[in-house]
Amino acid sequence: MTTAATTHAGHHEEHPTGIKRWLFTTNHKDIGTLYLWFSFTMFLIGGAFAMIIRAELFEPGLQFVQPITFNELTTMHGLVMIFGAVMPAFVGLANWQVPLMIGAPDMALPRMNNWSFWILPFAGAMLLSTIFMQGGGPDFGWTAYAPLSTKYGPPSTDFFIFSVHMLGISSIMGAINIIATILNMRAPGMTLMKMPLFVWTWLITAFLLIAVMPVLAGAVTMMLTDRHFGTSFFDAAGGGDPVLYQHVFWFFGHPEVYIMILPAFGIVSQIIPTFARKPLFGYSSMVYATAAIAFLSFIVWAHHMFTVGMPAAGELYFMYATVLIAIPTAVKVFNWTATMWRGSMTFETPMLWAIAFVILFTIGGFTGLMLGVVPADFQYQDTYFVVAHFHYVLVTGAVFAIIGGVYYWLPKWCGHMYDETLAKWHFWLSAISVNVLFFPMHFAGLAGMPRRIADYAPQFQDFNVVSSIGGFAFGASQLLFLFIVIKAIRGGAKATDQVWEGAKGLEWTIPSPAPYHTFATAPEVK
Amino acid sequence: MSVISPKKALLALLWATLLASGSALADLQYNMPVGVTPMSQQIHSLHMIVFWIVTVAGIGVFGVMIYSIINHRKSKGAVAAQFHESTTVEIIWTLIPFAILVAIAVPATKTLLQIEDTSNPDLTVKITGWQWKWEYDYPKQGIRFFSNLSTPQDEIDNKAKKDKHYLREVDNPLVLPVGKKVRFLTTSHDVIHSWWVPDLGIKKDAIPGYINKAWAKIEKPGTYRGQCAELCGKGHAFMPIVVVAKTEKNFEKWVAAQKQKEAAAAAASGKSYSKDELMAMGKKNFVAHCAACHQANGEGIPGTFPPLRQGHSFSASPTMMKDLKDLGFMTDDNKIHMGPIKNHLHIVLHGIEGTAMQAFAQQLNDLEIASIVTYERNAWGNNTGDVIQPSDVKAAR
Repeated sequence: MTTAATTHAGHHEEHPTGIKRWLFTTNHKDIGTLYLWFSFTMFLIGGAFAMIIRAELFEPGLQFVQPITFNELTTMHGLVMIFGAVMPAFVGLANWQVPLMIGAPDMALPRMNNWSFWILPFAGAMLLSTIFMQGGGPDFGWTAYAPLSTKYGPPSTDFFIFSVHMLGISSIMGAINIIATILNMRAPGMTLMKMPLFVWTWLITAFLLIAVMPVLAGAVTMMLTDRHFGTSFFDAAGGGDPVLYQHVFWFFGHPEVYIMILPAFGIVSQIIPTFARKPLFGYSSMVYATAAIAFLSFIVWAHHMFTVGMPAAGELYFMYATVLIAIPTAVKVFNWTATMWRGSMTFETPMLWAIAFVILFTIGGFTGLMLGVVPADFQYQDTYFVVAHFHYVLVTGAVFAIIGGVYYWLPKWCGHMYDETLAKWHFWLSAISVNVLFFPMHFAGLAGMPRRIADYAPQFQDFNVVSSIGGFAFGASQLLFLFIVIKAIRGGAKATDQVWEGAKGLEWTIPSPAPYHTFATAPEVK
Repeated sequence: MSVISPKKALLALLWATLLASGSALADLQYNMPVGVTPMSQQIHSLHMIVFWIVTVAGIGVFGVMIYSIINHRKSKGAVAAQFHESTTVEIIWTLIPFAILVAIAVPATKTLLQIEDTSNPDLTVKITGWQWKWEYDYPKQGIRFFSNLSTPQDEIDNKAKKDKHYLREVDNPLVLPVGKKVRFLTTSHDVIHSWWVPDLGIKKDAIPGYINKAWAKIEKPGTYRGQCAELCGKGHAFMPIVVVAKTEKNFEKWVAAQKQKEAAAAAASGKSYSKDELMAMGKKNFVAHCAACHQANGEGIPGTFPPLRQGHSFSASPTMMKDLKDLGFMTDDNKIHMGPIKNHLHIVLHGIEGTAMQAFAQQLNDLEIASIVTYERNAWGNNTGDVIQPSDVKAAR
């Protein structure tokens, strides 16, 4: 009887349980968790599309799907992975970590935070539902070039446009929230140049998002009016210009690819110093390099379209501007290497993913430099060489960093250590199979295989067989990730507050698992 | 222990990859082709220069990283240094990449300016992309023809053994003379395509409303293959390019023969034919021009491409259903029906606006269209008994 009174005295703030907790939550940790689960679900769905693609490409001839379905699959794979898996994963990590890293009690705009998440499942479901519509889903690639997407697009294209608008609104609101949080809610003493790199890269990414998502919205809106309201923005027969679409799209598209890599730079810049037990080398140059990459991303868009027939002067300008990106990117790679140099390294799973990121992302950067050289690009453009390039930067780049980040912060989130042996298996299986999957694509492309084809000539078969085997193995390995994460949530060795011996920063000063509310009183940063 | 074995597997794989890529680079099949034009050769050497630069850079950076991973580990008792800044170092490793980039940009600029110089050609060929075929037009010579995939559908459907040139063979190749500067003007009739022949070092988008320029001077006679490089719809994988380069003398012979062939085709359109003759020609022409969408069995693709077989059910967007009903090709219970011949000819000649149904008036001659329409009206049990002569098509044009 007396104990009842004491428990009542230590009363907790009320918050709903069950489904209501998740529907109405304004808590940055809950919303971060929602984002991450949504992202992982979409990762598996997008991955399933990729498995069908790899099965169809296992040998020449049509075996499993007709070309029109194949085109729907490549389109959906791209859209789902970019807008459903990678972008929401970074927003999820930002939701969890930014307030913890800057000592804020929550995001600046918690209700908007709820809304920006809950738009996503509806937009994603609408996008996926197009597959079952009459005439099939969007089949013009994620880039949706006009006039293939306008005059020749299936009726479901309008739903694609609607869902892109919704995804864009979600991203813009998320970005506003992150900027407002970082600029207004830092703990006393946390000056901008003391912020962890992950916070910096997200701040810059958020500005990119606000700048370019409306451009994408403009592009698809013009597409909509061309389809239904008699305009001719992209229709040459009506005085319009199909190439205009590409310019507008890539003005969004190039910053978009950096939106998907800058936060990855941030994650890796957190992980490497922790496990090297040494401060990040060149902190300020890392910040400037990130800003430089973000700036350059706005002035290089036409390198995606060197074969459209630009004037030589235009091609030269875009070539010079593009190869310049190699400089700040190289600075980053050098800084990570210098951070490891003369450190005292251990190789827990997050560190393995981070090192794999640095090496494999750099390979993607090298092919990026090759692609920037216009005359050579005339041979690479629209081949599997490009497919190899952007999967190295997006899968072994962005996705590897995300997975590394999850292993790094998971003990803080759920209070348990994950199973280190299984996690190492997950890493090695993924790291090997991903190279079996994507490395041969360089050769296929150089040998002359175009991308986005449902069927191919026999001379490309060897590379495709190897790629497909790697693809199936990589896909299966990710199920192990799901198992490891669930296992850690349900139990495991108790995580300490600091979790990692070399971990530094505010997020490691709070208990593990992180309490529902943290930093109600702002910490002091010296 | 379970952790060790994946590492060993990785090492084995690394060796295998290195060995494979080593031998791979020596073999043309694994690398960008050197090609048969001065430009393709320059592009190839540029590609190799940049490749070796990034390879050396990779070995350098990864070498330092791997050295550090091996030696600077806690298990070996390494104690972390605490240095974390050096402006000098940062400036040095900003300037080194810059210098390398300048070294790449100089030859790249030279090559690019040569590629873009399409002036003073000896021969001009206009290339038009269509879903899913190429049209080649030699305006000076007065020759114009379409180039279609010639791989049989059975090979694609795995019902027949695949030919060596599976998906890279056409009925009418583009024929060019060697040693001449040939200028290509690319455009498109529908969506964006891209004309790509690796051996010529040319990839140029074919865009509706644009005329893009490219050039090649082929150095040796031979057959050079490529294919469309820009996603252009469901037939994207099935529009190959075959270029046959001939000596100047043989090229002139080909021009003369081609002119004769086109004249003969025009004359054939002036005659009348029996139903059997038209059905035989019709089947061949249907497979070449119509089967990609409507399918060889006339059953179409649900939701997108209407069947041509009478009595077959179909449902699609309301506008498409209305078009089919208005033209008399669909019954009220949504089954396909052979409508009036006049409308049938109109659809084939002029297409249906706003749909994938193309206008074939410019693509096919009177005899070809007459045979196709006759075939469609009598094949697959349609048995209307209608016979359409080339003169009917001419009148309908």
